[in-house]
Amino acid sequence: MAKTHVTMKVNGAEVEGLVEPRTLLVHFIRENLGMTGTHIGCETTHCGACTVDIDGMSVKSCTMFAVQAQGSDITTIEGMANADGTLSALQEGFRMMHGLQCGFCTPGMIMRAHRLLKENASPSEQEIRMGISGNICRCTGYQNIVKAIQYASAKINGVEFREAAE
Amino acid sequence: MIPGSFSYYRPASVADAVKLLSDLGEDARPLAGGHSLVPMMKLRLATPAHLIDLHGIAALKGIRHDGNNLVIGAMTTQHELLASDEVAKAMPILHEAALLIADPQVRYRGTIGGNVANGDPGNDMPALMMTLGATYRLEGAGGARDVAAADFYQGAYFTALEPGEILTSVSVPVPPAGHGYAYEKLKRKVGDYATAAAAVVLTVSGGKVATCSIGLTNVHETPLLAVDAAKAVIGTSLDAATLKKAATAAEAIMAPAADARGPIEYRKHVGGIMVTRALQRAASRAK
Repeated sequence: MAKTHVTMKVNGAEVEGLVEPRTLLVHFIRENLGMTGTHIGCETTHCGACTVDIDGMSVKSCTMFAVQAQGSDITTIEGMANADGTLSALQEGFRMMHGLQCGFCTPGMIMRAHRLLKENASPSEQEIRMGISGNICRCTGYQNIVKAIQYASAKINGVEFREAAE
Repeated sequence: MIPGSFSYYRPASVADAVKLLSDLGEDARPLAGGHSLVPMMKLRLATPAHLIDLHGIAALKGIRHDGNNLVIGAMTTQHELLASDEVAKAMPILHEAALLIADPQVRYRGTIGGNVANGDPGNDMPALMMTLGATYRLEGAGGARDVAAADFYQGAYFTALEPGEILTSVSVPVPPAGHGYAYEKLKRKVGDYATAAAAVVLTVSGGKVATCSIGLTNVHETPLLAVDAAKAVIGTSLDAATLKKAATAAEAIMAPAADARGPIEYRKHVGGIMVTRALQRAASRAK
């Protein structure tokens, strides 16, 4: 199958590559661009480990072809740190609240939470749980992930983070 | 999992898409949100030789009023439906159902056109569109035609779409002000298709149900209109005996498949419960 030349912006930098039409975006990001922070989990559009941010949307990159991303503006987990290299509020939240166990789902969780907080900077706990319902964590649970997002929300809004009483 | 090889096209107009579809023949498939088709392609259950991506066609986007109808472009996503004040105001049941489809990431990409045109009995929008009395605009090489949602579904994945045609918009009559509505969906987990679901749109006058329409999702190889169940509640105040009669009438037309969501009898039973709950909630919302 003839390859197609694609160009897109990933984490602020223009990138290009040759792909078959059937090349999934997640493979282009991991294999052509060498950015392996975006994970491949279930491959069936359920788990959310491959979530990236495309033109203002959270997208499961295992269910989109790289050719479809032609001209898009994409952010992956590699683009989430602050410009000076320090952790973003969300990354810091996941670290501080221990919002992970094995960490495999974490990049997708952070990318989804990133868009959630862009759309709603002060989500309720219920809104956070609904907001990350397309991301599955198989080793622990969602309690600390929710706390991590609440931490980031507080930080973004410049208020003190207080854990809800257990 | 990587799909088989195909050639990719991104037409800029409906006319170009229709021409590609008819020129390339039956090995060509239109690609909307792709959240049904791409997973099927990865599993090699679908192996189209040509994919015609509809994302480049601006005319397939957007929501507009046309008289008493809301006309929704086929490539309008579930996320856009949820963000639309127009939808929230004119037909909140569409909002309620869209929120129960899959998960946020899928809703950013999943389209109303793909949801209704795919013919998957598990999809939520088809029964809802039948309940609301919607009409689909189909466009092919020979021009455009309108088909009622109620006449569109002929079998699982088998619809009134002729080869070379694409569904370009959905036209939904706005229900009367003060109508009651509910979409009740039982599912095993977020993102799943319904074990059974029921849509109800009704009006109430003087404490009695004046008009009622009931649609059923995933309890048959096609979406269903539960006509007898709807008739059973008209003129009543939805007392317990009437609700039971309506649920029984709805269960009588259900023929679900036994699958991981449960055996036939279970799925019919909970289908009846969804009808009961939807009727009660719709009535409680009617003004």
